[in-house]
Amino acid sequence: MRHFITLLRNEIWKLLISPSTYIAAFLFLLVMGFLFQLILLEYASDPKEENPSITFFRLFFLPVFFMVPLLTMKSVAEERATGTIETLMTTPVTATEVILSKFCAGYLYYSLLWMFTGSFHILFYSFVQEDSLFDPYPIVGGYAYVAISGGLFLSLGIFASALTRSQLIAGIVSFSLVFGFIVVGSFLDEMALPWIDQPRWVEILANHTDVLQHMRDFSSGIIDTRAIVLYASCSLAFLFLSILILEYREGGC
Amino acid sequence: MDQKEYTIEVENLCKRFGKLEAVAGISFQVEKGQIVGFLGPNGAGKSTTMRILTGYTRATSGIARICGFPVASEPHEIKRRVGYMPENNPLPLELRVREYLKWRARLKELPLRHRSKRVDEVMERCDLTRARDRIIGKLSKGFRQRVGIADAILAHPEVIIMDEPTIGLDPHQVIMIRDLIASLRGKMSVIISSHILPEIEMTCDQVIIINGGKIVGKGTPNELRETFIDSTIYELEINGDLGDLRESLKNVASNLEVAQYTEADERGFSKVTIRIPGRHDYGEMLFSCLSDNPLIRTRSLRMREAPLEDVFLAATRRSWETLDTDLTKKPESIASETEEKEVSTAGQQ
Repeated sequence: MRHFITLLRNEIWKLLISPSTYIAAFLFLLVMGFLFQLILLEYASDPKEENPSITFFRLFFLPVFFMVPLLTMKSVAEERATGTIETLMTTPVTATEVILSKFCAGYLYYSLLWMFTGSFHILFYSFVQEDSLFDPYPIVGGYAYVAISGGLFLSLGIFASALTRSQLIAGIVSFSLVFGFIVVGSFLDEMALPWIDQPRWVEILANHTDVLQHMRDFSSGIIDTRAIVLYASCSLAFLFLSILILEYREGGC
Repeated sequence: MDQKEYTIEVENLCKRFGKLEAVAGISFQVEKGQIVGFLGPNGAGKSTTMRILTGYTRATSGIARICGFPVASEPHEIKRRVGYMPENNPLPLELRVREYLKWRARLKELPLRHRSKRVDEVMERCDLTRARDRIIGKLSKGFRQRVGIADAILAHPEVIIMDEPTIGLDPHQVIMIRDLIASLRGKMSVIISSHILPEIEMTCDQVIIINGGKIVGKGTPNELRETFIDSTIYELEINGDLGDLRESLKNVASNLEVAQYTEADERGFSKVTIRIPGRHDYGEMLFSCLSDNPLIRTRSLRMREAPLEDVFLAATRRSWETLDTDLTKKPESIASETEEKEVSTAGQQ
């Protein structure tokens, strides 16, 4: 892993000097700010018991659907399309270092974007009535969930990008995988055919893969280790698959 | 006899892409410090062979060794010893020249204390110093090509593999790169592929001609000429009738042929190209025959070395309509000694 830092620094530097990084960050914050404002307007007209921060986190999948594919689709596919993967893989770097550096750079950027959304909550609590109860735990739990699930979503994106040389295909595959994981995972138990008795294991599996339930748990302060194991193991599995693909296609070892 | 030290050894290398056999049993060796030129039509298997040597592509069968290390089982060892510049020279367009080379120096494990010095040195050698802070994407093709070459020689590799390094360069830059490659002779083994045949002839110690995944010719340019070209060509400038010329040259060789005859210039001299089958020095005989004939005045006489293009054509047996290089000879003249039958078919085209 001696080249990991060199590769990671280069990936971060490329992100920093690219105008698209700043445009994407601006648009992401614009959309998220707009969502937060909508939630606050909704609360102003119809008071609810739940903290608006929790409602905000429930909608976490909306930015994930477009940010993850946009962020990861060019990682390997672009290098393959321009041919720079050839000059990269003929130096003494390993496929593991290449994939991990791309993943880590993407993950840092993704985390940074979400960190900026923290300002929404700060702004919100600095303007609410003084007697409002400030409960930081749903926010901490929500961000913890975003951090853990982000690892998985980005590894899905990197995997999709490692499969192909076309950024468009990488983006579509990445969107499908993320969409599949969130939507199919959350509604697995409702997808059984109505004329077949649902096997018991489907129900058990559905309990584990319910992404929306995980978010609800985390944002209400329940840290479920089963979810952590699921996300961590799946992200490692997809990163491992990406490394295998890169080794197979580009001969790096 | 001294034991020769080979930096590149290739034995029966094969590469298949599905049904297509891109490389079909290639074997060759490159001595330490030698410059080798790879020639071949597009799709002949040059780039695939080069990629296998760099460890980027795996061979289907066969053995390739770089400095004694098998490419397949020890890719890391060979990647430390090979400087590679791929076809089309891919570069990250958003980085600056110096930034890119420093990053490559780090990846290629150049020691920290030598890094900056070495980067400055290769930029100097490749005439990149004035473009050091420019963004690669905004550089002209010649500059980009030199960035690729600078990267290939950056880490003092023992083997340098360059896929068409002089493509897109102007004549000044080509001479600079040629001198640069020539300066590596004796220190590093270099494999270059090129379509610019005189380039290869001037720079390389050994030429390997590949066609259809197989080696069809191997040796120094002169050895290849001897193998593939079976006629001697003379160019003369004469003032006189063509019939008289034929008459006086009859005694030189019975199968002598006047291949080309141009219109006379204002002083009455025509350029004539004659070809005599077989490789032999007829210079003196030609002189005496021409001076014996009072009707013919000769201004110049010289033997023409067959250009490498002819060797290339003969070796790859391509019909010349499909070649984009500017050829000056008729297809009949490229008869190969070994493949007479096939060449006679090509001559009819």
